[in-house]
Amino acid sequence: MPIPLPSPTAWVKSKLLALQEYSLLAGRAFRSLLTPPIYWGDLFQQMDLIGVGSLPIVVLTGFFTGCVLALQAATALQQFGAVSKTGNLVALSMVKELGPVLTGLMVSGRNASGMASELGSMRVTEQIDAMRALGVDPVRKLVAPRILATVFMLFWLSILSMCMGILGGGLVAVFLLGLDGHAYFTSTYSALVWADLWQGLTKPVFFGFIISSIGCYFGMQTKGGTQGVGRATTEAVVASSILIIVSDFILTRFLIGILGR
Amino acid sequence: MPSIQETALKHGLSPDAPVVAFEGVSIGFEGNEVLRNVSFTVMPGETRILLGPAGGGKSVLLKLVDGLLKPDSGRIFVFGEEVTAMPERELFKLRRRIGMVFQESALFDSINVEDNVAYRLNEEGVAPEEAHRRVVEALEFVELGHAIEKFPSELSGGMRRRVSIARAIITGPDLILYDSPTGGLDPITSTTIIALVAKQRDVSQTTSLLITHRLQDAFTLATHYYNQKEQQLEPLPKGTLEENTKFLVLNEGRVVFDGTTLELTHTEDPWIREYLA
Repeated sequence: MPIPLPSPTAWVKSKLLALQEYSLLAGRAFRSLLTPPIYWGDLFQQMDLIGVGSLPIVVLTGFFTGCVLALQAATALQQFGAVSKTGNLVALSMVKELGPVLTGLMVSGRNASGMASELGSMRVTEQIDAMRALGVDPVRKLVAPRILATVFMLFWLSILSMCMGILGGGLVAVFLLGLDGHAYFTSTYSALVWADLWQGLTKPVFFGFIISSIGCYFGMQTKGGTQGVGRATTEAVVASSILIIVSDFILTRFLIGILGR
Repeated sequence: MPSIQETALKHGLSPDAPVVAFEGVSIGFEGNEVLRNVSFTVMPGETRILLGPAGGGKSVLLKLVDGLLKPDSGRIFVFGEEVTAMPERELFKLRRRIGMVFQESALFDSINVEDNVAYRLNEEGVAPEEAHRRVVEALEFVELGHAIEKFPSELSGGMRRRVSIARAIITGPDLILYDSPTGGLDPITSTTIIALVAKQRDVSQTTSLLITHRLQDAFTLATHYYNQKEQQLEPLPKGTLEENTKFLVLNEGRVVFDGTTLELTHTEDPWIREYLA
């Protein structure tokens, strides 16, 4: 039996409805952060889970990305006799682009999936309804702390990733490329200006919001038992990763426009 | 047995006003109409038993009472307030007067029995000592005092249902909604749960709506009372019925019967007669 093709109108309507539901959830979560009660216990617990829990993957990713970047940069710069500029290239790449984006993607893989599966399981076992029936707002209790915790912790994780990348690049520069350590770190320091830091520190705030709001949205919309939880988890990771990449382009263009570099 | 007036006063309700009132309520999901033009009322102190085939919209009806779902059309009043016109924020206040026992218990699996039962008290900022005392009292009511430190995953299906009942009654609600409290349980455990429902009905005179697929549970509630002295369920004298226990039968989203036990057993409706047989 042939599978019927979905009507284009129905498809567009379903996507618009999903966008509306997502916007309402994000709006309600944001409003919950401005009015009491705020679940501080849940907030700190999420900060620990998201921030401290993601430390190993962020450290490793940042460090080895810096290492690879130094190796690749040195090969390319050698053609122009500018190997000493390796530090500049590693620093600018890590701070402006790779630090925030790679940290966002790693945290998305770990936490957007975790949020979607946790909230999705609660949804299909009626725990979310039970919470509402007990007079507790699940958006305030479950979604708002996850969003705030992710935005806050991703900011610091990105800084850590940038530092680890510069450190990794430095070790490769000194021990594999035979560059002077002092010269490398001086060049990284001198390459960066405030506009670069602003760019690197603005992105994690947006990426943190994307990861957590998308993870929570797919979790809260879960239907169809354990199969539905699996589907929600996959969709959350795919959607948040794509949105990070797309928003990175838009943010970069916007920030270059404002900051001038 | 206390009168409707006494029961209503005990729960701060008007004896003449219904606790729950449905007016032409309809709701559908993805093109399928689940409830069609449903209207009925539940008076103070009444235990309304919802019967009907699976998929007939009984659980949806219970969620509508608690404001967990919104109908497509019609109006729903609970304690005289129009649930269908209330924003979610106001519904949270109203739900504090309602206890709900979910079909699969819906206990929070990451916290223990004590925290599950005390959930609402903790949210209301009740002092820990007071909350603990009330949890112990509620768990003793459902005869599960020994399970206070266990996690939901360590409990049997029947024990989970009893914890769910304890969680629903801990704040002394004015209305309790039981969604298939005996569903999927063995006959002995089902009898224990029904005894607890009768105990809550006869000790606290709480208005309730109860879904069941087991006719024997429904008729046990209609023909038995809870003897507080002997702490057990006992049959009412021959020829008498629990007058506050009434029935609502749903079929394919429509109300096909609304009345007393006697009216139900003497109905001429062929579908209901077949269903009851």
